[in-house]
Amino acid sequence: MNVLLDHLAEFREGFIGTVLLTLASGLLAMTLGVVIAGFRVSPVPPLRMFGTAWVTLFRNTPLTLLFLIAWFVVPVIFVPGLSPWTKALLALSFYTSAFVCEAVRSGINTVPLGQAEAARSLGMTFTQTLRMIVLPQATRTVIAPLSSIFIALTKNSAIAGAFSVTELFGVQKLLSDKGFPITWIFLWVALGYLVVTFSISGLFRLLERRLGVAR
Amino acid sequence: MTAVSVAKDSVAATDELVVLKNVNKHFGALHVLQDIDLTITRGEVVVVIGPSGSGKSTLCRTINRLETIDSGEILIDGKPLPQEGRELARLRADVGMVFQSFNLFAHKTVLENVMLGQVKVRRTDKKKAEDKARTLLDRVGVGTQADKYPAQLSGGQQQRVAIARALAMGPKVMLFDEPTSALDPEMISEVLDVMQQLARDGMTMVVVTHEMGFARSAANRVVFMADGRIVEQAAPDQFFSNPRSDRAKDFLSKILHH
Repeated sequence: MNVLLDHLAEFREGFIGTVLLTLASGLLAMTLGVVIAGFRVSPVPPLRMFGTAWVTLFRNTPLTLLFLIAWFVVPVIFVPGLSPWTKALLALSFYTSAFVCEAVRSGINTVPLGQAEAARSLGMTFTQTLRMIVLPQATRTVIAPLSSIFIALTKNSAIAGAFSVTELFGVQKLLSDKGFPITWIFLWVALGYLVVTFSISGLFRLLERRLGVAR
Repeated sequence: MTAVSVAKDSVAATDELVVLKNVNKHFGALHVLQDIDLTITRGEVVVVIGPSGSGKSTLCRTINRLETIDSGEILIDGKPLPQEGRELARLRADVGMVFQSFNLFAHKTVLENVMLGQVKVRRTDKKKAEDKARTLLDRVGVGTQADKYPAQLSGGQQQRVAIARALAMGPKVMLFDEPTSALDPEMISEVLDVMQQLARDGMTMVVVTHEMGFARSAANRVVFMADGRIVEQAAPDQFFSNPRSDRAKDFLSKILHH
């Protein structure tokens, strides 16, 4: 108990770090995932190929490896001088976007084909059809899998802690290195993650109840 | 206003609004459309009938390129159907389509369904689009349902909304792909009445249907398809009373039996 009270500032900083990193990479992953899902169902073959390549690459690479690449390869080959936080953000959101993409694509596939055909018959373009007709109706089926994906993202953000980004898991390392009782540290860290993940599942349950499309 | 623009169009182009030339299409090994030649002139109502699997729905869907073709040529108002993209989208806006399963946008109200194409494709302003939508909904007899969602309507009402949605684009031609096949018997007539009225108003229509009564009363021409070919074309009276081909005689004897 004392560990928490004595180091409330560290725990708070770590908790906020986890929340911010999860939120930011969640948003970026969501945006990327939807766009890539759009690519994957697009009538343009190069876009479809790009989408498939993206998903194949990021879904099949261990996240820790992506972190290593972000830390040691990206600065050398692509953009030097990124902050650790930005590198963590990129690794997490690219990885998660592959899963978001597949969830969204499965949602798109649940919308009856006739809906898109009707939209195209009215003269709507592919993008208009996807944005105004298909995606809004796919949302509800996508909510449940997305909830799991974002919970996984929250826990995956712990890897950033090992790469010296301030977040909840890093606090654990910091304190146990100093010799404080690890059982208590683990408990408080775990509770911190629970707060975030419970909030996510609560939020998504609420969304699920709100968004119903009657057929 | 409309009359003037129609007159201008018909001077510019010919009277041939939809032309299919030597169209072929395969679904895998199935040769579903075989050497189809069909010309539909402005203001004409063509009813396509035939046994199921004869390719009549596919024929209807190729006209706005919901189905691609393997060879041949399709012209709408003198212009060949372009590849998928903006130009095709523009052309589709001029071709109204009514589906067997209505396909109203489930997440939008009836009014929004009829406004959407006008606002997003034609770039009409909202107020004008709404006025036109309400007028059309009144015309097909579902004006009082404007604020409901499609799932709250009966099949017949949904299909009439779908017709209004297509008409809202001011199409040059309307395609009907078995518009009454998914309806309960008592709802069929309310949809057919709307289509009859449309035909009388001079709309160019291609109607794939099993409603022989509609074919008799509203069609200028009956096209009979079997096994991917157009077997026979004739005026309805002539076709129903005196079919030339054996295939048509056989078909008619089966469906007119009961």
